Amino acid sequence: MENTLLDIKNLKVWYRTYKGYAKVVDGINLFVNKGEKVGLVGESGCGKTTTMKTVLRVLDSKVATVPEGEILFKNRDILKMKYNELQQVRKQSISMISQEPTAALNPVFTVGSQIMDIIRYSEQYKDYSKSEMLSLAVKTIKDVLIPDPERILNSYPHQLSGGMKQRICIAMALVTPRELLIADEPGTALDVTVQDQIHKLLKALVEEKKMSLIMITHSLGVARELSDRIYVMYAGNIVEVAQTKELFKNPLHPYTLGLMECVPRLYGGGISEGIYGYIPDYINPPAGCRFYPRCPSAMEICEKEKPPTVSVSEDHKVACFKYH
Amino acid sequence: MKNNISANENTADIKKKSFLSDNTREKLRIYWYKFSRNKFSILGLCIVLISIFLAVFAPVIAPYPQHVKEFVDYDKAGLPPCASYIFGTDVFGRDIFTRVIFSFRGALLMSVIVLAIAVPVGVLLGLIAGYYSGTWIDVIIMRITDVFLALPPMILALAIAAVLKPNLTSSMIAVTVMWWPWYTRLVYGMATSLSKEYFVKNAELIGASKPYILFHEILPNCLSPIFTKMALDVGWVILIGAALSFVGLGEQPPTPAFGQMISDGARYMPDLWWMTIFPALAIAFIILGFNFFGDGIRDMLDRGR
Amino acid sequence: MNTEILKVKNLKTYFAINKSSGKKQYVRAVDGVSFSIKEGEIMGLVGESGSGKSTIAYTIMGMYRPTEGEIIFNFNGKSIVTKSNKRSLEFKKNVQIVFQDPGSSLNPYHDVRQILSLPLRVHKIVPKDKIEEKIAEILEMVELPASFMYKTPTSIGGGEKQLVSIARALCSNPKFIILDEPTSSLDVSIQAKIINMLLKIHREQKLTYLFITHDLSLMRNISTKVAIMYLGKICEIAPTEIFYKSPLHPYTQMLLSSIPVISEEEEALKPKKVVSTGEIPSPVNVPKGCSFHTRCIQCMDICRTEDPVIHQVSEDHFVRCHLYKS
Repeated sequence: MENTLLDIKNLKVWYRTYKGYAKVVDGINLFVNKGEKVGLVGESGCGKTTTMKTVLRVLDSKVATVPEGEILFKNRDILKMKYNELQQVRKQSISMISQEPTAALNPVFTVGSQIMDIIRYSEQYKDYSKSEMLSLAVKTIKDVLIPDPERILNSYPHQLSGGMKQRICIAMALVTPRELLIADEPGTALDVTVQDQIHKLLKALVEEKKMSLIMITHSLGVARELSDRIYVMYAGNIVEVAQTKELFKNPLHPYTLGLMECVPRLYGGGISEGIYGYIPDYINPPAGCRFYPRCPSAMEICEKEKPPTVSVSEDHKVACFKYH
Repeated sequence: MKNNISANENTADIKKKSFLSDNTREKLRIYWYKFSRNKFSILGLCIVLISIFLAVFAPVIAPYPQHVKEFVDYDKAGLPPCASYIFGTDVFGRDIFTRVIFSFRGALLMSVIVLAIAVPVGVLLGLIAGYYSGTWIDVIIMRITDVFLALPPMILALAIAAVLKPNLTSSMIAVTVMWWPWYTRLVYGMATSLSKEYFVKNAELIGASKPYILFHEILPNCLSPIFTKMALDVGWVILIGAALSFVGLGEQPPTPAFGQMISDGARYMPDLWWMTIFPALAIAFIILGFNFFGDGIRDMLDRGR
Repeated sequence: MNTEILKVKNLKTYFAINKSSGKKQYVRAVDGVSFSIKEGEIMGLVGESGSGKSTIAYTIMGMYRPTEGEIIFNFNGKSIVTKSNKRSLEFKKNVQIVFQDPGSSLNPYHDVRQILSLPLRVHKIVPKDKIEEKIAEILEMVELPASFMYKTPTSIGGGEKQLVSIARALCSNPKFIILDEPTSSLDVSIQAKIINMLLKIHREQKLTYLFITHDLSLMRNISTKVAIMYLGKICEIAPTEIFYKSPLHPYTQMLLSSIPVISEEEEALKPKKVVSTGEIPSPVNVPKGCSFHTRCIQCMDICRTEDPVIHQVSEDHFVRCHLYKS
């Protein structure tokens, strides 16, 4: 497809442990179109961060292996790239915002010098003069709605609040033009009101710069606010994908349904019983559907066979035998 | 399907006993996996086992056990390493190999006794000071510890050993006195942070007694660094013991000790080099072994990996 | 049923910090809080991090010494008044707390049996030879199998750990349990299970909860009364129904409008025209006047100079804001 920016095909990621391989990502397919905001929703330990770290190839190669699959970024496989090519992609095309702004910033350098480093080593702006670089940094800080950018540039990360630090991280991710932004739960460590501000800012910036966004989150509410299309992930598999409106109107996979019932609603009415059980062991996962042991509508076939992904309508796919 | 799971749990219930031993076996397997990942750890373990074996069975293994007592045979004095005396003989005609093996005995005995006294004392003081950190109890214990840490250890040991009669006992007392503060420091740091953990707070809020909190809640969480340090310290105690005996403050002749043998031999260097080299190599061997072993223990007890 | 089990009167907890200038400064973590909880209620205490909600809990438990104020407990008609951080064994039996982080609240070197037998032995709930039976009974109460007592915290998941923490709190047959964000580090599917468990136990054991959280939509579903905290003070306090129908304080409205929701119906319940701005200031430098005025969209001149007092708007609905001065 012309319009596809990132296309992950049948990706598998395994971690080496003393008991054997933990098959954390188990053949997922995911694509992102140009200018599209995609949400990747799943509970902790479902492999969503692992997937995205594989895209940037920042996993520890001593423990993580990719036995199968390809990650096509503009039709070039990231997994087969040489180091220099990979660095070009990292510098020019894809950036990532992490969950912990405190850990993402170096505590011994000022915010300004950290932003300046990115500008200095970027492809686009490496020939800028010092004052041009500085004004670019100031502009970036202004873009993330921080008042008084000059003071912020001269302060150290510990002098800033959590929300401020996350804004700086966003600024650093967007200082050079990028095509894809991967946001790994950018609001989870922050308070509700600040989280709301960060999400709104992120959405506005991504739309303004016509970038693509992959929003990793565990919260369906956040995904609903920020994305056009949502992938629901469970235990290393994509179980359902649909346009945001369609997904919330017509959720199909038993896991998606269960997840939605668990979310406490603002209109009250109590909370459902939750989904029985826990995420499976990745070293010896269930042979069939990985959700089978917890599934309320499990059938005989689910135990033995992996459910293939079927299209129920255009843009709405689900991996479940119920819809086969 | 839900019934399926609870049925599994029931069988687990019935097979509780075997389940438990499975659990222990599993734990041992993880420990061995972590320990054996570094090949040097295994080398260290071998050296430690050999040292202990030599120390325990010294009278059986040594070819000339009578050479560690009053013994003179000038006919065989100063022989270089040969088939019947593989490490050679000293100026009194005593077999160096026998004396090295018996030195292992003294050295290991010293380490064990020193650590057996220094560790409990140091750990107890560290636990109390750490749990009451910020109060006068903490101040008193830790300032006394600081005083001991501030004195240069060798000089302190020399002073103590010199005041007392120069023999193995007094050198052990000297080393013990300089050794416990390190354990106090180590445990103090851990106990301070552990006493802020919620499980300790919870025990307090439930109303558990102070000794219970100290010994059942905090102490088990400090054990792995303590064991690691102990494994490493065996070697260092041997080294300090050798240094003391080198200057004549350890075991007295004719009973052999590493330091004393080296200092005796040093007078005949380089002609009778085997008198010095073999005891020195033995010290290097044992310290290296315990260091590798200690590193292995650290890897093994590390929860992170 | 209508007796007040806990009454907190003008509670203040300050922490002294030494500035480099040598001048002593105070962190006003809790600054004049009064509320009461009736028997059988579930009171939700909601606030952002740094609002002092956990400090209130810890002061009630006796982990901090209150700077001022009284904490009055009523058990079986006997009232216990405390002004310090000393707590009697009887208090410790009747009041329990479940902490936020299930990882740190269980000793990794103990197995579940050891963890649960501590309160049983300390408060002599059952004779020594019956302890294992009682543990199995308590584990059943939180729907864990009896074989669970041989597991260690390192070998079980976060949700199960929190269930064990709850089981431990239940061991001494308490009357009152403080829940300090018991589910905020867990996934929603596990949160649902634990919340249902807590509600079931609440019904069966006739308990009273003080539930501390930052999640307003969770509170909507479980509490009978909600209090909102900001910088050590309570902004608004009301029964749940009234609270969500007509949130009055501008801060409450801002909190409600920030919640990410998953349906249109919920979207309609959020206050309109409220945009969240700014961040909670450090409790060392609390703004003059109303502490919220720096972020308030309806800020008036009086708010910058004068700290508002609590106003009663309706029978059980109290707001601390100049807008509702009668």
